[in-house]
Amino acid sequence: MSWLTEPFTMGFMQRALVASIIVGVVCAIIGCYIVLRSMAFLGDALAHAILPGVAVAYLAGANLLAGALIAGVIVAVGISYVSRAGTIKEDTAIGIFFAAALALGVVLISTMDTYAVDLTHVLFGNVLGVSAVDLWITAGLAVAVLVAIALLYKRLLVVSFDPILGQTLGLRTNLLRTGLFLMLAATIVVSLRTVGVALVAAMLVTPPAAAYLLTRRLPAMMAVSALIGIVSAIGGLYVSYYLNVASGGAMVLVATGIFLVAFLFAPARGVLWRLRRPRRAKAS
Amino acid sequence: MSDLLELRGVSVCYGGRTALDSVSLFVPHGGQVAVVGPNGAGKSTLFKAMMGLVPLSSGEMLIHGRPASEYRDPVAYVPQREEVDWRFPVTVFDVVAMGRYGRGRWLKRLTEGDREVVRRSLERLAISGLAQRPIGELSGGQQQRVFLARALAQEPHVLLLDEPFTGVDIGTREATLELLQNLRASSVTVLVSTHDLDLAAGRFDQVVLLNGRLISAGVPKEVFTEEHLHEAFGGQMVVVDGKVIVVDQCCGGHGPVGGIDTCECDTCKVTDTGSSGP
Repeated sequence: MSWLTEPFTMGFMQRALVASIIVGVVCAIIGCYIVLRSMAFLGDALAHAILPGVAVAYLAGANLLAGALIAGVIVAVGISYVSRAGTIKEDTAIGIFFAAALALGVVLISTMDTYAVDLTHVLFGNVLGVSAVDLWITAGLAVAVLVAIALLYKRLLVVSFDPILGQTLGLRTNLLRTGLFLMLAATIVVSLRTVGVALVAAMLVTPPAAAYLLTRRLPAMMAVSALIGIVSAIGGLYVSYYLNVASGGAMVLVATGIFLVAFLFAPARGVLWRLRRPRRAKAS
Repeated sequence: MSDLLELRGVSVCYGGRTALDSVSLFVPHGGQVAVVGPNGAGKSTLFKAMMGLVPLSSGEMLIHGRPASEYRDPVAYVPQREEVDWRFPVTVFDVVAMGRYGRGRWLKRLTEGDREVVRRSLERLAISGLAQRPIGELSGGQQQRVFLARALAQEPHVLLLDEPFTGVDIGTREATLELLQNLRASSVTVLVSTHDLDLAAGRFDQVVLLNGRLISAGVPKEVFTEEHLHEAFGGQMVVVDGKVIVVDQCCGGHGPVGGIDTCECDTCKVTDTGSSGP
C-alpha cells in the first residue's frame, strides 16, 4: 500500500493534494448552479479570459494568480453589465468578451521572447508548481466562495429556478447574477494551478452532471458532486504522479469516467435502467 | 365594500411602443376578475406591471388606497407551465416552501409556522401525498397545482393566474376553479388571464376586456357586447343570425373565419355570447 502514501512524503506533493481537494470541492459545488442554469459556456469563456491577467502578471513579475483574479473580475463584471440591459444576449456578450480577452492574452504572450514554461502550466495545470503563497490564495478564495454560496443558498435557488418569483420577492436578480459570475471567476483562479484554464470548465460541469443523474434535490446534488470532485481530483493526482502526465487532464478524465458510469448505471435515469424497463407512456 | 385593488391610469411602454395605455380599474375586496383580449392585448404586460416587473411609465397601483409598494408581498403569481424548468432538482415541498421566502428572511430557516402554511397549501390543492416527489415526475395538472399551492403559501393580497386553463386536463381545470371558489372565503382578490370567453362569462364576477387599452370592465353581461367585442377582436369576430361569434386567434396565422373549421388548438374558443340584439 506504500504506493498510496509514497507521493505525499514530499512537501510539494502535500501542497498539490490540498490544492486538488480544494479545487474538486469548489468547482463541483458552484458547478451545480452552472449546470442547472446552463452556463457551461460562461465557465469556459471566463477561464480563457483570465489569460491577459496572467500574462501581465508574468511580465511584471507579480503573482500569476493575483493577475488572473483581477482579469477574471473585470471580465465577469463586463459580461454581466453588457448583457443586463437585454439589448445584447448573454451568450453573445460572453463570446465578445471571451474572444477579446483571449486575443489580448495571445498578443501579450507573443511579445515575450523566452519560452514561458509557467504559462503552459497555466493552460494545462501543473500541480507540482503550487507554491505556499499560491496555496494560501487558493484556500482563501475557496473559503470565500463556499461561504458566499452558503449565505446566498436560498436566493440563488430561487433566482435559478424561478427568476420572476425572485423579483417579486424583492431579490435583485442582476446583482445576484453578477455575484455568481464573480464567484465563478474566483473558482477558476483557484483551479489554475491544478487543472489549468483549458480544462477547468470540465471540472465545473462534469461532476455536477454526474451528481444530477444520481440525486433528486439540490443539497444532495451538491454533496454528491463535491464527493465526485474530490475523488476525481485525488485520483487524477495519482495518475498524474505515476504516469507523469498533466494533472488537469488526468483529473478531468477521472471525472469523465465517473460521469459515464453514472450515465449508464444511474437508478431511474441511467441508460441501462431505461433499457431494462420499457419507458412509461407519458401521461398527457 | 372597499376597493382592494385600484389601478389609476396605468401605462407601460416597451422600447417606444405603448403596450398598455392608461388603464384604470377598480376591483372590490375578494373580487374575481377574468382578463380577456386578443394576443398582444397587454394581458401579460398588465400582470407584469402589477408584479412590479416592468416600470409604469405613468399611473399608479393602489391596494386598500395605499401604494402597492408599501406592502411586503402584495402580489403572488402563477407562471405559465412552459416558463418553468421541470428538470430542476427540487421537490414539490421545496417549491411550495419558496412561497415563504421573502424580504429579510433569506438567511432564516423556515419556522414551524411556515411549514404549517406550506402543509395547508398542499392540502388545499390535494397534493399532500406528492410533497416529496421531484417536480419533473408530476403530470401537467399536478405541476400546475404545485404553483397554485406556492402562490397560496405566499398569502398574497392579490393572486395573478396567467392562462391557468391553457393546456391542462379537465381535472386540473376543475380543481383550479374550485380553488378560486374557496378563495372567496379567504377574501383573496384574483385576476385570471384567459382565452376562454365562455369561462370568463360564466365563472367570474367581473371581466376586463383589453386591447392595448381598457375597452370595458364590469359584469360579463355589460362587457361582452357586440360593440365591445368588435373593438377588441376586430376581424376575429363575426355576427351570425344576430349572435356574436368570436374566434380568438391564439394559434396564430389562422384566418379569422376559416379558423373556426381548421383550428385544433384547444384554447381557441368559439364563443356564443347569446343575445347581442337591442
